[in-house]
Amino acid sequence: MKVTIDGQSIEVEPGTTILQAARMIGGESVPPAMCYYSKLKGSGGKCRCCLVEVSKGSEADPRPMPKLMASCVTGVMDGMEVKSISSERVLDARKSVTEFLLINHPLDCPVCDQAGECDLQNLSFKHGAAKTRFIEEKRTFEPENIGPYIQLHMNRCILCYRCVMTADQLTDGRVHGVMNRGDHAQISTYISKAIDNEFSGNMIDVCPVGALTDKTFRFKQRVWFNKPYNAHRDCDKCCGKTTLWMFGDEIQRVTARKDVYHEVEEFICNECRFEHKDPADWVIEGPRKFEKDSVINQNNYTRELKPVKIETEKNILLGRDIDRKKISMKDVPLDAEEMKELKEGNV
Amino acid sequence: MGRKILLEHINVPGIKTYDIYRKMGGYASVEKALKSMTPDEVVEEVKTSGLRGRGGAGFPTGMKWSFIDKKSGKPRHLVCNADESEPGTFKDRFLMEYIPHLLIEGMITSSYALGCNLSYIYIRGEYMWVFRILENAIKEAYAAGWLGKNIMGTGWDLDLHVHCGAGAYICGEETALIESLEGKRGNPRIKPPFPAVSGLWANPTVVNNVESIAAVPWIVNNTGAEYAKIGIGRSTGTKLISASGHCKNPGVYEIELGLGVDEFMNSDEYLGGMMDDRPLKALVPGGSSVPILPANLIFKTAEGNDRLMSYESLSDGGFATGSMLGSGGFIVYNDTTCVVRNTWNFSRFYHHESCGQCSPCREGTGWLEKVLHRIETGHGREEDIELLWDIQRKIEGNTICPLGDAAAWPVAAAIRHFRDEFEYHVRFPEKIKNRDHFVAEPFEKVKHLVAKQEV
Amino acid sequence: MEVSHIHQDINITPELQARIDELLSHYPDDKKKSALLPVLHEVQDAHNNWLSVALQDKVAELLEIQPVEVYEVVTFYTMYNQKPIGKFMFEFCRTSCCAVRGAEDLMEYTCNKLGVKVGEVTADGLFQVVGVECLGACGYAPMLQLGDYYYEKLDQAKMDQLIEDCRAGKIDLHKMTITQ
Repeated sequence: MKVTIDGQSIEVEPGTTILQAARMIGGESVPPAMCYYSKLKGSGGKCRCCLVEVSKGSEADPRPMPKLMASCVTGVMDGMEVKSISSERVLDARKSVTEFLLINHPLDCPVCDQAGECDLQNLSFKHGAAKTRFIEEKRTFEPENIGPYIQLHMNRCILCYRCVMTADQLTDGRVHGVMNRGDHAQISTYISKAIDNEFSGNMIDVCPVGALTDKTFRFKQRVWFNKPYNAHRDCDKCCGKTTLWMFGDEIQRVTARKDVYHEVEEFICNECRFEHKDPADWVIEGPRKFEKDSVINQNNYTRELKPVKIETEKNILLGRDIDRKKISMKDVPLDAEEMKELKEGNV
Repeated sequence: MGRKILLEHINVPGIKTYDIYRKMGGYASVEKALKSMTPDEVVEEVKTSGLRGRGGAGFPTGMKWSFIDKKSGKPRHLVCNADESEPGTFKDRFLMEYIPHLLIEGMITSSYALGCNLSYIYIRGEYMWVFRILENAIKEAYAAGWLGKNIMGTGWDLDLHVHCGAGAYICGEETALIESLEGKRGNPRIKPPFPAVSGLWANPTVVNNVESIAAVPWIVNNTGAEYAKIGIGRSTGTKLISASGHCKNPGVYEIELGLGVDEFMNSDEYLGGMMDDRPLKALVPGGSSVPILPANLIFKTAEGNDRLMSYESLSDGGFATGSMLGSGGFIVYNDTTCVVRNTWNFSRFYHHESCGQCSPCREGTGWLEKVLHRIETGHGREEDIELLWDIQRKIEGNTICPLGDAAAWPVAAAIRHFRDEFEYHVRFPEKIKNRDHFVAEPFEKVKHLVAKQEV
Repeated sequence: MEVSHIHQDINITPELQARIDELLSHYPDDKKKSALLPVLHEVQDAHNNWLSVALQDKVAELLEIQPVEVYEVVTFYTMYNQKPIGKFMFEFCRTSCCAVRGAEDLMEYTCNKLGVKVGEVTADGLFQVVGVECLGACGYAPMLQLGDYYYEKLDQAKMDQLIEDCRAGKIDLHKMTITQ
């Protein structure tokens, strides 16, 4: 089947969705996806970020589709023509959805562990407005403890349902779900039960925002100060292939390996994720690269870096000589030149 | 007197019971269909009748039936949508409460047409006493041999059950209804696949409104061609209208489609004019989600033609000057009504009823409500009117199911036709402090305060 | 999530079990979950009109599903009460059609008469006034739902009478005792 997206044509198998076809083409035409997850059956269609315009239905029925379509759940037809970034309507809809997702979002990126690898940040960066038009009080939820491994921040959730599907499809006996409805719908166990099974940690990896983060990594590090390495170990429960997030010699976090769309390549077990923080447990393959725009790259972690000795405490207490002089404390008198500058200088 | 099809025997004492219903000719359509017609012939009759879905969308029922997947060989189901929850609509309840066997007869005949052996009536949980009436009627129908195994010796089996919801407007959307019938949250499904291919338990399923199903017995008994003679143009047959608000005689009426809005509104046979003879200010002709019409567009279209009670005439002029027949929830407002308050009320409803699955509806309906509430309580800003317009525009068409549109349209129409009332609220917050601000001082009297000034 | 920890005695009586079995018979054997909504109604009616976590767990067990599947449903639909409610809960419709025919005034009247705010239960636990969305009685406004029944075309005098009847024990929430 032939499908054309923003003028670029590709041949795909029947049953391929528009989003999948766009990903095969790659580049700017790939619609953003906050809820769709190729590894989770039944995901997609909910966030409405990936809306596209179908300007020609198919060769057989060339009529355009009147409404914008969610590309992640719309199958391609032979001869279909799709407009993604080449459509004003689509860009407007993406802006709209971004605004809707942000109005009740706490915008607490500075204290959010997801910051730096957050799909909502990326979406806002591309389609968000600089100013909010929402002056009402934001919706908030009571904190809920869901056990020692996963931190739930419901205020940040965009209700993509990925974690629910992960629990449904990877584990037996799901204990959390979506409670309540409308804008009060929330991820919860209802009875504040710990989510505890072999694969629960994958909920962290599939979460597109900071709603589910690694409790063992909480407030430890900004992700862009970590050096991510691909590593593996022999595991009898999962593939054992992970990314280690290092700070010096310390493993601060373990995640599954994620592809360019931030989807895990293979799910990993909780033992790999939470119980092997000793580098000796792993075969380290090498530094892991991220897409060009990622803030994680800003730290140039792939370059050879000389160890930097930071003696912060000492320096804070003592202060640098140069600073002390500027403050011109009594016991550090100014020399003649400085005195001159102080008196005549253009301060 | 208009012709009555559904409510023909409504005044017969005891019509609720099986015996009287049968005595009045009930279940004749089942006899006729099973004995002398093939299922496809029944479908053809319904197609010929031009019957359109009475739940609100107005999609031709016969065509919907013809989409059902018969090739897969999977069991098929007919589900009756009795989750009537659209504000202004209470017709299905009337039908089920007072003449329950009509629906059951319709379900049997329609199930036969579709080749179903297991069908359900999904009724909203609040109608619990009607649920029990239907349960009882179904038992009577089983006892009389209209349901169960080998009906009338034809070898065809049908089980029919009534299933109750538990308080969720969204379950009136057919895929949410199916989810709910499967014992889940009422989250609408992503379409395709459509229920006709994969519905209840992934089997081919048709979901029809109560009133649509109830029209089937008459069509089978009297032929689709006869039905198509009633009404006007593509609006064939009769329609139940639920009238409420400030009219003299609120209630459920059966009308022939094509009746003049003026006659329906003002004749003694129907609404009998306005309560307390106060002036008519606005009309919502088809349930809360359809656009509100200002007084000058109610009896006449923008082009000056008589406005009729039909799918086409009520939507004449598009959303700019028209509205929709929708579910037939005819809500009449007099001059004491505050359109801003009423729009806020509708928005609160949609905010409350949004399932929360997709972002534009989940976030947008709440935002609309909050902004409207601010304006209504005197905390509005001039730019809020544009903001409202923009929010509704961004919800419309971008959601999984039509609830998003339903939440957006009333806001759009209110701003389109009553913008000056919004401006009044923003500019004179002290005058709208009490919720009945237009009772003592209708907007007409203060309208000049926000009139455009000529310099 | 706010979950009530008040104890609730669970008693699946033979009559209730028979009713549950009847409801289950309406669905294919492998689709027990489908009976969830009707079963929850019956179980709630038989347990002082509310559903504790323990009772929801019991329903999960009866239908052979995970407890969370019950929680998800109970929190989605408005008719399931997750904490104890007043014996007589007046649920006033306050959507447009009722609102323009005096529903808000009547709610206020009722609240004042009972000395409660909307949502509150009277000190004796007898009454509760809540506002709900459209109940499908738009032409018979103002109206309220009490138990399984509607009370329509209300005014202050009828409201007084209804409260009186409740106090006198003349109202059965799940079985009609007076003619409407």
